[in-house]
Amino acid sequence: MFDLNEGALPNRPGVGYKPQHFAAVMADPGAVGWLEIHAENYMGDGGRPLAQLRALAERFPLSVHGVGLSIGGEAPLDEDHLARLKALCGWLRPASFSEHLAWSTHDGAFLNDLLPLPYTAATVARVADHIDRLQEVLGRRMLLENPSSYLAFAETEMGEIAFLRDVARRTGCGLLLDVNNVHVSAVNQRMEAEAYIDGFPLDLVGEIHLGGHHEDHAEGGARLLIDSHSAPVDGPVWTLYARTLARGGAKPTLIEWDDDVPAWPVLEAEAALAARALEGVA
Amino acid sequence: MSQATFVAALLDPALAVPEGLLDPEGQPAGRRFDVYRNNVAGGLTKALEAGFPAVRKLVGDQFFAAMAGVFLRAHPPQSRILMLYGSEFPAFLGAFQPVAHLGYLPDVARLEQAVRESYHAADHVAVPLAGLTPEALLERRLRLAPSARLVRSRWPVHAIWAANMAGGPAPVAGGQDVLVLRRGFDPEPHLLPFGGGDFVAALGQGQTLGAAIDAGGDGFDAGAVLGLLLGQEAIAEVME
Repeated sequence: MFDLNEGALPNRPGVGYKPQHFAAVMADPGAVGWLEIHAENYMGDGGRPLAQLRALAERFPLSVHGVGLSIGGEAPLDEDHLARLKALCGWLRPASFSEHLAWSTHDGAFLNDLLPLPYTAATVARVADHIDRLQEVLGRRMLLENPSSYLAFAETEMGEIAFLRDVARRTGCGLLLDVNNVHVSAVNQRMEAEAYIDGFPLDLVGEIHLGGHHEDHAEGGARLLIDSHSAPVDGPVWTLYARTLARGGAKPTLIEWDDDVPAWPVLEAEAALAARALEGVA
Repeated sequence: MSQATFVAALLDPALAVPEGLLDPEGQPAGRRFDVYRNNVAGGLTKALEAGFPAVRKLVGDQFFAAMAGVFLRAHPPQSRILMLYGSEFPAFLGAFQPVAHLGYLPDVARLEQAVRESYHAADHVAVPLAGLTPEALLERRLRLAPSARLVRSRWPVHAIWAANMAGGPAPVAGGQDVLVLRRGFDPEPHLLPFGGGDFVAALGQGQTLGAAIDAGGDGFDAGAVLGLLLGQEAIAEVME
């Protein structure tokens, strides 16, 4: 059904690519074996961003990570945006394409955030329809990422894992497991992160995300973790990651650091920590 | 709950958090909803800060952030491609009463938007003008690079930009026309001499080189501007 000639990401660490790291990563990628880009940052007509991307593509396996498709939106997917994604994946031929279980547009406005969804049968059907359409346009299988959440919907009727399993079963899509999101959501929703990892269908996982968060608090002083991607990966997230690898084996693992981006050696050192964890598993 | 209800509360902090959003105790979400409000406002404010550094310098960081908050609620992005978010910012500044005393601010924003557009514009291969007699050349039409942007102002917009971004001297009153050109990957705003704005505008309308030079008027130094275009590799096509 899908074009499987795109290859796959290696079971090594990758990092979210930042333009300021171009010279450093081309000179010596260290522990970094592949790079992930945000699709929407490479939808200009030319200039440095596309020139850098062409150079990176000759050297590294790439993952294209969409942040603007609004797969969970009530409206049909934007066909113009689908065409742009198809064009980008067409010339770049990335090893992987992934998007989020979230929505970000409404009535023509793009809100630039990953907004939450109620887990209902109706949402499953809508998300599955949208993924069917995306996979049809791209001619490939996508990976769907679990969100970080800060609140719950009263109308929710099933757990997040049951929701993701159902969508994957209907569409044939794979999953992207963001272990930091699991930790953030578990703290915020007062659930067991370990139980989430133990119940996750790791056989469907094509990529893992690790990233940093920061801590705030809600009314009454309850801990509220914010998925900021602006800090090193936290200790509990590394522990959950080790648990994931022990259960599911080695997976391509991304370090995400999108805000307050550090110098290259700091980012590479995070990737080296992931490399060490990956070396310890089959 | 519909996504319309969610969005309305997201963009208007004065609205109550929509019903049906809960914390782990089953209580209304409150500050948990504010995380999404903060993410939206914070992310779009950062996009505007990145796009309009000279405007930000002119009004100060705090004022800019507050003004960005007003703008992003009135004009949320209409595109999922945020690199050019803010095309309505110059017109917004022109109508935003608290900056009415800074008449030049919209044009500074226009110049910054032009620089950003230039950065992401299509690449081109520069063509030489050699091989044509001057007489023949005057009959040709020149197509400038897709990354070229003309910004015309009744304010000294280039000097204001340079004083804030590149350590230039204090601006002197008077209008300025600026041509943003990108040789390689980094766009640069170039101050055009007298008549240069009319000349470039005429080229953009598809007039011949000779007619464009006439449009520059008496005292227009065509050699200087052609030298700029050639030096910056800004001529993409010579057309019949």
